[in-house]
This record gives sequence, C-alpha cells and structure tokens, in this order.
Amino acid sequence: MLNRNDILETISMIDSQNLDVRTVTMGISLFDCMSGSGADTVKNIYDKICRKAENIVKVCGEIATEYGIPIINKRVSVTPVSLIGAAERNYFDIALALDKAAKTCGIDFVGGYTALVHKAMTDYEKYFLTTLPDALAATKKVCASVNVATTRAGINMDAVRIMGKIIKKCALLTASEGGIACAKLVVFATAVEDNPFMAGAFNGAGEDDCVINVGVSGPGVVKKAIEKHPDADLTAVSEIIKKTAYKITRAGELVAREAAKRLNATFGIVDLSLAPTPIMGDSVAHILEEMGLESVGAHGSTMALALLNDAVKKGGVMASSHIGGLSGAFIPVSEDCGMIDAALNGSLKIEKLEAMTSVCSVGIDMVAVPGDTDENIISAIIADEAAIGMINNKTTAVRIIPVPDKKEGDIVVYGGLLGKAPVMAVNKKSPRKLIERGGRVPAPIHSNRN
Amino acid sequence: MKAIVSVLGKDKIGIIAAVSGTLFKMNINIEDISQTIMQDYFTMIMLVDLSNCEKKLTEVSEILKQKGKELGVSIRIQHEDIFNAMHKL
Repeated sequence: MLNRNDILETISMIDSQNLDVRTVTMGISLFDCMSGSGADTVKNIYDKICRKAENIVKVCGEIATEYGIPIINKRVSVTPVSLIGAAERNYFDIALALDKAAKTCGIDFVGGYTALVHKAMTDYEKYFLTTLPDALAATKKVCASVNVATTRAGINMDAVRIMGKIIKKCALLTASEGGIACAKLVVFATAVEDNPFMAGAFNGAGEDDCVINVGVSGPGVVKKAIEKHPDADLTAVSEIIKKTAYKITRAGELVAREAAKRLNATFGIVDLSLAPTPIMGDSVAHILEEMGLESVGAHGSTMALALLNDAVKKGGVMASSHIGGLSGAFIPVSEDCGMIDAALNGSLKIEKLEAMTSVCSVGIDMVAVPGDTDENIISAIIADEAAIGMINNKTTAVRIIPVPDKKEGDIVVYGGLLGKAPVMAVNKKSPRKLIERGGRVPAPIHSNRN
Repeated sequence: MKAIVSVLGKDKIGIIAAVSGTLFKMNINIEDISQTIMQDYFTMIMLVDLSNCEKKLTEVSEILKQKGKELGVSIRIQHEDIFNAMHKL
C-alpha cells in the first residue's frame, strides 16, 4: 500500500496549501474554418469551438472529483485570429463569435485574438491591431496578444509604438471598469505557441488540431515546504523546491493526459509556472519572503526569484515528458497578495519588477499605472521588456493598465483572479524621440546559431 | 480500479463501522486499512477496490461525502493514481 504520510501530505497540499491545476486549456486550430465568405468563416469558428470544447467543463469536473484535485480554469486557445480573418478582415465579428462560443461552452476565457508582428506588419495585421480596443471592450471572455519581438527577428519598434497607443485606447474604452480591456491584452516578446495561461494563450501554427495544455500551480505548497526548514542554506532550499515542484508537476501531467484522453485531443505540454492568485497562501511573493526577504522588491529579490524559478524547472522537467508553455514563476502585481502589499508599502517599484522579469516569466504583468501616463512611456516599457526577452532568448510580456482618472497610490479593484492593483509610479522623463524613430532593432549576435 | 478512502475528523464511536458499511452496500472491497487517533483526531486511510462496484467514482465520492457530513468527519475517495503519480518515481 502507499505510504500513509504521502497520502496525508497530498491531502494537506490540496486542502490547506491551495494545490490545484490552474488551467486545462484546449488549443484548437482554426485553419480549417477559413472559407470564401467572411460570414461562413465566423460560423465555422463558432461551430468548431463548440464541437471540440463542448465537454471540457464536464470532463474537468469529473477528473477533479475522481482524483480529488481542483481544476480552477477551463479555457480554449485558438490559432491567431489575425491570420484566420486576413482575407475578409472581419476580425470584430470573429471576436464576437469567440465570446459567444466561450459562453456556450461555459469556459473562463478564449485566447488567440492574436497577431505575430515581431518582424513586420502586413496591411491586414495593421488593421487587426486597430480592432483590439473595440473587440476587447465589446467582449468579456476574449483575450488578445501581440508578439512584437523575438530573439531571431529583433524588435519591431513600429509595432511597439502602435501598442502604446492601443493600450491607452483600451483603457479609455473601458474606463468605467478600471480599464479592464488592458487586463485581457498581452504584448509579448518571443511568445510561445503552447502557452495555456491567459491572457497570452494562442494555438500556434505548428500545433495540432485539438491539443490539451495544462498549467499547474502551487505557490502555497512551495512556501509551506520552505517554512519547515527555516535554517536551511540556499542549496538545501533549492533541493526542497525541486522535490515539491516534481510532485506538483506529476499531478499536472496526470490530469493533462487524462483530460486529453477523455476529450479526444492530443496531450501537448505541462506548463511549470508557479501562478499565484490574490488569496492568502497562494502567493509567489510570499515564497521569496519565506526565503528571507522582509518584503518582495528588496535587494536580493532578483536572486531569490532566479533560484526559485530554476529549481521549479529542474524539479518539473523530470516529472513530465513534455514541458512547455511559459514555465516560470509568474509575478503579476494585482493577482498576488504579497506583490500587492509590497507595491503598497513602497518596497516594490516598476524598475525592480523589470529586473525580476529577467530571471522568470513573464514580465510587467497586471501593473496599474496612472491614467495620464504618456503612450510613449507605455511603448518604452514594452520596449525594455522586449529587449530583455530578445537578448535572453526568453519570453517576456507586458500587461499594463493606464487606469483612467487614477493616480499614483490609488487602488483599482478588479475582483476574482485579477485581484486589485495599486497604481504604481512610472518614470515620467520622456522617451518620445526614441519611440518615434521606429524601425527594427536588429536581432542580437547570438541569434545566429546555425 | 483502486482508490484511496481517507477519513479525517474528531474521533467518535462507530466511524469505521459506518464507513465500511457504506462501502459494503456499494460492493466496494476494502483491501487495506490503517487507522490512528492522535489527540482525539481520527485518521483512517483505506485502499479499496471498485471493480465490482456499479456506481461511477464521482457518485461514490458524493455518497461518501454525505456520509461524512452525517458523522461529522471528512470522507473522500481519490483514484490511487494521483498518489502514485506524486510519490512514486
């Protein structure tokens, strides 16, 4: 029989340390939905999502009950819509169809209202970008992403400039809800094709027709494990995190394979990200504080996060045959109670957050800034993150909300998993001239690996 | 299919009888039991075989949950694979 203590440990992880499977995300290819008429394409998209994802909520409920592990979010990601709607450019109609399909299937979000413009923007992609504010304001469940840089291609600064303007417009169109459209829009560098997490999930062109990607979680479990060893040195802390990550990932792998089998889909990847939620006991920031920081944001935060991120990967890699997605600790400000506290007490500033994003996934995430922040400053924040991603051959992202009518020190409450965001200060010195230059930042020398 | 039944809560007379009786009614065989009481806190782990049970695991789970409510303890049943996955190489 199984070891009794192991059984009790698993039960305790689920009951009191918030171990869960954060998301089961079904990637669906929309390439075979393209038709000669725009209306038919829209209908095909709605029908295909409803057909493939019809049972995702029910099946995940059954798996959660049978294995006794909660599955929090059930989601769908689709082929980048900028490609699927290119011929007719009826992007807005497709956004409405995605939203309707998400509601019909009972899923949390559908991602893939996406454009990949890291090297160039075609005319249809330029047009697609202009539809983002209206599409995100008119829908509840549609998530969008725009990839503006890769290590291979460099940074498309024309796209970066445009995204500053678009983010401002998204905020204004949803001003009454704290600019919530911005919470559904991610600007990526080196985006991945199999990310199960929102708002940045899309089903890449190289992916299968119907694929299950799973995001595990469990910051509370990692914190608890470290808590038991207050005097361990950092080598020992790394070992503790590795062992814990192994167990968490194994649970995710089991759920992923079972969900794929029951939903008649391919098993894609397990994403090793430690994803926090705003509830107590589910915070990545609190892991860093357990390691020995008075408050996250203090000097030492980048090192602590680097150790955490690396140990999670080392433990997780052995636990699953296919690791993918973003696979790194998330440090969204509004979605992590420890990050919120650190922003409020002045310990965490955007500049330190940026430094931390160079050693983890994913970037300046769910950060509220004053509503009067200049669009060029938003573009410059994106450019800095894109540079970190491009040079370090990793994914980085910006999900920033210039909250209309709010100023530094105010708090915006979004509720649910999006939490509450303290409005953080930005450096107001102007980067306008730099941003207006446009053009492409050439790919770094180490991108030439062949 | 095999599963782990865990019963956690404050000790009282008849917990084992009530839980095993409920399992018996559903044709679920108990293959192994381990049980302790620490500071009035009752902990029981059972390995059970559901191959002759006609109900789905989700239904069994609900019945045991209700029985737990009656007894004032927490009863859960989980497919053994979750523990094998997490604790065995």
